[in-house]
Amino acid sequence: MLAKRIIPCLDVREGRVVKGVHFEDLRDVGDPVELAKRYEEEGADELVFLDITASYEQREIMIHVAEKVAEVLTIPFTVGGGIGSVEHVSKLLKAGADKVSINTQAVLNPNLITELAERFGSQCVVVAIDVKRTWDRITSRSYWEVFINGGRTPTGKDAIAWAQQVERLGAGEILLTSMDTDGTQSGYDISLTRKVAEKVKIPVIASGGAGKLEHLAAVLQEGKADAALVASIFHYRHYTIPEAKAFLRKRGIPVRLED
Amino acid sequence: MIAIVDYGIGNLRSVSKALERLGKTSEATCDPARLEAAEAIILPGVGSFGEAMENLEKSQLVPLLRRMFEDGKPILGICLGFQLLFERSQEAPKKKGLCLIPGEVRKLPPTTKIPHMGWNRIYFKRQTPLTENIPQGRFFYFAHSFYALPEDESCIVGICNYNVTIPVVVNVGNLWGVQFHPEKSATWGMKFLENWVRSIDSNASYSSH
Repeated sequence: MLAKRIIPCLDVREGRVVKGVHFEDLRDVGDPVELAKRYEEEGADELVFLDITASYEQREIMIHVAEKVAEVLTIPFTVGGGIGSVEHVSKLLKAGADKVSINTQAVLNPNLITELAERFGSQCVVVAIDVKRTWDRITSRSYWEVFINGGRTPTGKDAIAWAQQVERLGAGEILLTSMDTDGTQSGYDISLTRKVAEKVKIPVIASGGAGKLEHLAAVLQEGKADAALVASIFHYRHYTIPEAKAFLRKRGIPVRLED
Repeated sequence: MIAIVDYGIGNLRSVSKALERLGKTSEATCDPARLEAAEAIILPGVGSFGEAMENLEKSQLVPLLRRMFEDGKPILGICLGFQLLFERSQEAPKKKGLCLIPGEVRKLPPTTKIPHMGWNRIYFKRQTPLTENIPQGRFFYFAHSFYALPEDESCIVGICNYNVTIPVVVNVGNLWGVQFHPEKSATWGMKFLENWVRSIDSNASYSSH
């Protein structure tokens, strides 16, 4: 049986891993290569590196980070943040990244998903979707709305329909972030995750809100996620990955935990 | 030197890094002369069946790989590189594969999440030099939507279960194919590659030119 994945997420700014609440009050938590190696040794199933200051010059820094990380890792890793062209993706994959995650550019130019899938294969195309519960004044109902530009710009797009569309366009995976729960450490958005996971055939990585091990179990079981993205609770060593996996295994969730 | 066949797409660095850790130099190439000079060949796991075969044809590597296989040169196909060893694939029905192993490549059944993405346990049907010191049921990393079905089941060394039974380690002579990514499968993946590298070194029956 396929194991549910635990994926530490590392936000990278100017070549360093940082952590803050809602992109503010950023604290330096370490060197990407050292943290990557530590997480691999602890038993992380994959890693995600998000470039959170993707200005043009800093893209080159991220390519360099990918190269350095690829030197030490024997597990897969994804790079995301500010990716918008086939050439950029090609550079990151050549540097050693296994997958790329696209977000804003996928919304602005959905054909990019298909182009990347046809050229590099669906397995390396992750589409990240940032979602916020929004009230629609016209229909007088709330819905899950897709946001872009790091959560700053609403698109009016329905997240469930967008998830289905990115699957049709060739995405290999969805990285689903709830902006309502992100940074709160109060638990993942279970109903959003479950809704998306039931509507698509591709794997869904849930993100935003992990504070306790209980939350991981909930999103992998009730939320039907295939993987859970985790940041703060590992960075600040509230829990280690083996602790998290032992907890999940006790709950009957299949995880990769070698005896 | 080990030649990593370059189809002109994607990440070849992980494979070359893994070999480097095992003390082997490698070269990503599609030059027939470099393949001839290599002690062993890796067909890596990037891209799509149609595009990869197209590029192998363009570089005139199809007859060369066939001859190397017949001569007993060690060849390892990884993921897509494993699927290319077969006759045809539902991914590109009009494209002929390398035809080194009779059989075909099929789409995973729609009852499962596709791609088969992540860590799954593999089980060996018999012991071989490449499975040495790897216990049953260890986790390896997969990322694929198609799976290969050899006609002759006796060449299947390892399997994994994903609603269907997927052949994941196949062996014919000095030709090996694996559906998982050993270079991305942490400790056990490195152990598998180490066993493969050792099998090349101890393989005296073939002398490279």
